[in-house]
Amino acid sequence: MGDGKIRNFHQARWEEPIIYELSHPGERGILVPQAEAEVKSAAGNVLETIPAAMRRSKPPNLPEMAQERVLQHYLRLSQETLGRDLNVDVGQGTCTMKYNPAVNERFVTSTKIADLHPLQDESTVQGVLEIVYRLDLFMRELSGLDRFSFQPGGGSHAIYTMASMVQAYFELRGEANKRDEIITTLFSHPSDAAAPRVKGYKAIILYPDRNGFPDVEALKAAVSDRTAALFITNPEDTGIFNPRIKAFTDIVHGVGGLCCYDQANANGILGITRAKEQGFDMTFFNLHKTFASPHGSGGPASGALGVTEELSKFLPVPLVGYDDRSSRYYLDYDVPHTIGKIKDFYGVIPAIVRAYAWIRSLGPEGLREVARVAVLNNNYLFRNALKIRGLSAPFAEGKHRLEQVRYSWERLTQDTGVSTTDVQRRIADFGTHYWLCHEPWVVPEPFTLEPTESYSKEELDEYIAALKQISSEAYESPDIVKRAPHNSTIGKMEDHSYFEAPEKWALTWRGYHKKYKGYFEPR
Amino acid sequence: MCKIGLIVNPVAGLGGRVGLKGTDGREVVEKARKLGAKSEVPARTVRAIWKLEHLRDQCVVLTYPKTMGEQEVAECGFRVSLVGHLAGKESTAGDTKAAAKEMLKRGVNILVFSGGDGTARDIYESVGTEIVVVGIPAGVKMHSGVFASTPEKAGELAARYLEGKERGVVEAEVMDIDEDAFREGEVQARLYGYLTVPLDRQLVQGKKVATPPSEHAAQQAIAAYVVDVMESGVLYLVGPGTTTRAIMKELGVPYTLLGVDAVRDGKLVGKDLAERDLLKLLGSGPAKLVVSPIGGQGHIFGRGNQQLSPKVIRRVGRENIIVVATQGKLSSLHGKPLLVDTGDGALDQALSGYIRVMTGYREEVIHRVEC
Ligand SMILES: Cc1ncc(COP(=O)(O)O)c(C=O)c1O
Repeated sequence: MGDGKIRNFHQARWEEPIIYELSHPGERGILVPQAEAEVKSAAGNVLETIPAAMRRSKPPNLPEMAQERVLQHYLRLSQETLGRDLNVDVGQGTCTMKYNPAVNERFVTSTKIADLHPLQDESTVQGVLEIVYRLDLFMRELSGLDRFSFQPGGGSHAIYTMASMVQAYFELRGEANKRDEIITTLFSHPSDAAAPRVKGYKAIILYPDRNGFPDVEALKAAVSDRTAALFITNPEDTGIFNPRIKAFTDIVHGVGGLCCYDQANANGILGITRAKEQGFDMTFFNLHKTFASPHGSGGPASGALGVTEELSKFLPVPLVGYDDRSSRYYLDYDVPHTIGKIKDFYGVIPAIVRAYAWIRSLGPEGLREVARVAVLNNNYLFRNALKIRGLSAPFAEGKHRLEQVRYSWERLTQDTGVSTTDVQRRIADFGTHYWLCHEPWVVPEPFTLEPTESYSKEELDEYIAALKQISSEAYESPDIVKRAPHNSTIGKMEDHSYFEAPEKWALTWRGYHKKYKGYFEPR
Repeated sequence: MCKIGLIVNPVAGLGGRVGLKGTDGREVVEKARKLGAKSEVPARTVRAIWKLEHLRDQCVVLTYPKTMGEQEVAECGFRVSLVGHLAGKESTAGDTKAAAKEMLKRGVNILVFSGGDGTARDIYESVGTEIVVVGIPAGVKMHSGVFASTPEKAGELAARYLEGKERGVVEAEVMDIDEDAFREGEVQARLYGYLTVPLDRQLVQGKKVATPPSEHAAQQAIAAYVVDVMESGVLYLVGPGTTTRAIMKELGVPYTLLGVDAVRDGKLVGKDLAERDLLKLLGSGPAKLVVSPIGGQGHIFGRGNQQLSPKVIRRVGRENIIVVATQGKLSSLHGKPLLVDTGDGALDQALSGYIRVMTGYREEVIHRVEC
């Protein structure tokens, strides 16, 4: 096992009040100067131009603060988080928390991008259209499919869009009423079941087979003339690659269904296997994961959605096209059976620009190298993690994993009473964290690690050392873990009942005042 | 001052040690003793009570004399208040029931008991779901969901509940198997009812318990789905359980929690039906059967619903069986299959394979079934 060094970490603790509590009536961030008399008289009463019903009668209840205090407030809060680029962020499995090259921020914050308006005339945004168009070409290469839309504003949105296209496809064939089922697997991302349900589909979820692999016999039992499509993640959230994926897509095609691939996280297979060869009709990539645009609250998302030639007539509009004769890029609305718009404009440009820059900086061999290193990193972490007492990786035991692994502390919990949520709180004391797993917990006492290609051996060793230390504590003095965190911004919350009682929730400052006086003292 | 009720069944577990598969009834106790069985119940009970030590000054323990609790409480130094006396020389199930009734009357904050499935049944008969109960595992048969995985964990759970760290409660199954049949090698489990237990978020072994609101919402989603797809003119036989209860509630018809009820076109046509009634009702019209697996074990037939005999199941037909279960319940199986054990080998074979389980609104799972 690596000889990682654990850090003597302590999180900042500012006891920072809620911003409304910092407000002083009359305190100002900016003193806006009065307009000159001439301007005033020329403009008249500008408020009059707003219909009375839309005008506020009272000013909004916003905190009143000086600029410097606002900045201070948010800096303090940021110190109380394990912010981006700060910790060994391998614990947010399935999210592909790789390094997002800082140089790419220069591109997206440059006035060339930041000052564009999405409604500008095509002739004035040729550069950004070119980037979108070329990214489409790269995506075609990476997937083997024939055309991409960048309209979906995230992975789940892309899944929803795929479901819309599945529906449009069967409407055109007159089969939409009969085909009301989509099939997915338990360890596919939950959005693969959830988003098509929003479109009215029934979700049929396959449980894994005895060996923990996607169950091809269950699929055979599930398909029928009611099957509209397969929505599936591969490798699954457990890091297991479905070795029979071609059989899966063949079986679904065999009953007339479509096959939709969730490649939100393609980090383990980039340049190694493609949607086309696996038999899929559609796929999507999360630019905010695999393609190094920041994830989640760190930045806006983008689900790049690709389809085969046959299905391209259903894509949302506008797409970005290139006209050879005039050498011009243009917004292409000529999509005969388009599902229409699923979002305004033509894509989340900052995410597209970052992804484009990232791909260009690596080239085809570089992309393959990303996948190789991500898988290598993961298997290094995996082999070493399995040596830790009380830790296991159920389902497909002993088998190779790709870019991530869903682990279990079941044995630790049985031996010591220390649960995965205890470890989760304790690991905050080492300046890092981990995520557990989607509901329901089929893997008992779960957590999910995904190291990506970004972290070095030393950093992985540090993470392993923290897990190992916590396991020893659990066996020797479990209370340390059970009462954790000790070095963090806040201590352990004992009373969980608040989370389960909507009547106790206060989502806004106003709501808080309605329900409470002082801290959690009910009115 | 908080009141903890404690009921110890001092002969629980005796049979198991000497291979007797349970300890229900006087003769078995005698036989076990002759075979050299010694009770581990006092020690297990004390291990649980120690976990409440920090509450000693704020609590009084209400219990029964001598081996039914007094002894253990004294050993741990808690204030004790005896609320009754043994009817005879040896403690019996009757004493357990009387003690539980008395505790209910006196308004204990929590009732902790030591024993097995038989003891859980006795307590259920006296208190129903009216008070919160925790079981210290000390019996031979522990199929019921009311037991913590170890005595210590039972104590911790009770303490968390008393301190208000855990306020959520859930209904847990009280199951028991017929011991005589069991000794003959036949397993016949019955669902006797539900006890209210504190939500055990961390303590139950290897099991993630869904939060009560989410589990409840999931059951309601299933119920809404089942009711939505119900066909007119079809007889629906609705088996026991809390998931199936949600369906009856959604329909707004009376129901039995533990029995098989029947509805057609949204109306109740039979309640708590035995096999004979079921066959009569079935006649030759179209019918479907709604069942839910037993939590943690996964039986859909042969445990807790023996009225649904091989004859009834064959008459309804495999394709007309609707299995309902929340994903939380399925995940407690950790990948193990659903089980059938109807007593008819050929039927069990026919039921094996893959089956659809309704797990939410427009959400179904394909699950393995084995026998
Ligand atoms: C495999 C997979 N699919 C879909 C999604 C959903 O993507 P998004 O968060 O952008 O909606 C995720 C994100 O966690 C994912 O890991």
